[in-house]
Amino acid sequence: MTDAILRVTGLHKSFGDHHVLKGIDFSVAAAERVAIIGGSGSGKSTFLRCLNFMELPSLGTVALDGREIGRPAGGDGARYYPEAELCAVRERVGMVFQQFNLFPHMTVLDNVMEGLVTVKGMKRAAARERAAAELEKVGLGAKFDAYPGRLSGGQQQRVAIARALAMEPEILLFDEPTSSLDPELVGEVLRVIRQLADEGRTMLLVTHELGFAYHFATKVIFLADGVFHEVGTPDEVLKQPRQERTRAFLARYTEFGF
Amino acid sequence: MSYQWDFSGVWSRWDILLVGLVNTVKIAAISIVLGVIVGLALAFLKLSTKRHLSLPATAFIEFYRNTPPIIHFFWFYYALPVVVDISLDPFVAAVLALSTQSGAFYAEVFRGGIVSIEQGQWEGARALGMSHVQMMRRIILPQALTRMFAPFVERSFELIKTTALASTLAYADILYQAMLVNSETFRPLEVYTTIALMYVTLLVTASALSRVAEARLTAYR
Ligand SMILES: Nc1ncnc2c1ncn2[C@@H]1O[C@H](COP(=O)(O)OP(=O)(O)O)[C@@H](O)[C@H]1O
Ligand SMILES: [Mg+2]
Repeated sequence: MTDAILRVTGLHKSFGDHHVLKGIDFSVAAAERVAIIGGSGSGKSTFLRCLNFMELPSLGTVALDGREIGRPAGGDGARYYPEAELCAVRERVGMVFQQFNLFPHMTVLDNVMEGLVTVKGMKRAAARERAAAELEKVGLGAKFDAYPGRLSGGQQQRVAIARALAMEPEILLFDEPTSSLDPELVGEVLRVIRQLADEGRTMLLVTHELGFAYHFATKVIFLADGVFHEVGTPDEVLKQPRQERTRAFLARYTEFGF
Repeated sequence: MSYQWDFSGVWSRWDILLVGLVNTVKIAAISIVLGVIVGLALAFLKLSTKRHLSLPATAFIEFYRNTPPIIHFFWFYYALPVVVDISLDPFVAAVLALSTQSGAFYAEVFRGGIVSIEQGQWEGARALGMSHVQMMRRIILPQALTRMFAPFVERSFELIKTTALASTLAYADILYQAMLVNSETFRPLEVYTTIALMYVTLLVTASALSRVAEARLTAYR
């Protein structure tokens, strides 16, 4: 594929001698929506975090628009990543966390404005306008002056999504965005994510909500043992998995189905 | 006990004690400001992952935390001139002693505040594309400040009390001036009771101010 925005080649990641990702090749094109599923501890977060360099790859390259990030350092495939270059990547590849990670000392509006003012150097008035628009979009137009600690988990996660969106990233990464929410709050967050899908945004989503993944994704990846065990359309991976391992994983989710 | 309290000698020399009070406030204020600067520098050095930065900072901090404060006063006043060919006046020597020793303690307060900020805050900031400096300035330090505040105030009160050691270098602080008054009046009970109350007044005032500041800092909680 030549129209990949982001391309990963030969990605390995180890923590000490714990080899978590074992050679992953992957690319995302504009408007693709990728759902990543897999067991707990299989490296889903690590993979996602290598894409915006919250974790530095141990080996392999990540390229944005065909340009490889960082530069070779030493002869053994290791790379050096200058801070400024990583900051620039993170502006283009936004991230939403399981634990929201909102800034508790700032109001909701200031949380969303923060990146615009501090990172993009936008004037406060313009930043306020953009932040307000993003908050309206996620249904939080009435909460501008609230502090995050006063909001429900679902509301906090929607603020976090607005905060990421305000930066106008080309790719959005979601790491289990509903896993720490009470069941009745999951829907409001998933509806926002579906709305983003309808806008044609490029997104990667790590999730255990297989039903949502099925409707949301253009591509589903089953990650196991540090490699992409099975990759395909939602129908292929979630309805007719070819790998025994994938079937066993899915069976655990449907065990108590009705 | 039939002791006859007589404060008249102290009252008539109130101007001498006032000079001492002003000097104590002056040396404490300057030493707190310099101590904060030393403390911030040491804290960031100690937080560094580079050992040639963190080790000297750790050594400095441990040296100061594990020696009696009066040694530092003597060292800057009597010992330093032996090494370098300058003699410091009592004020400068006392400020150096106070700001380095408080810096060593502040460093631990600041470092403790910074490392107490949850991993998620660093990640949230970094994921927005913030540089290390931006993240510190906008996200980490403002939150760490509220957590550092109580131990910072406690250390500053220690410093204010430690300024009394400057009198051993003949710096004209409250205690030194009190000794002057005492040598003229021979009324140690009245003199030292008076200055003890002056310290109490000073610290209670500082404490009230710090509570106002703390209430502002933690308004978001
Ligand atoms: N910073 C880290 N240091 C050491 N080990 C880590 C670190 N992050 C993740 N791991 C380990 O890597 C493995 C994969 O973790 P993770 O990517 O979080 O899995 P998942 O998101 O699929 O549950 C786990 O065994 C985890 O303990
Ligand atoms: Mg995870």
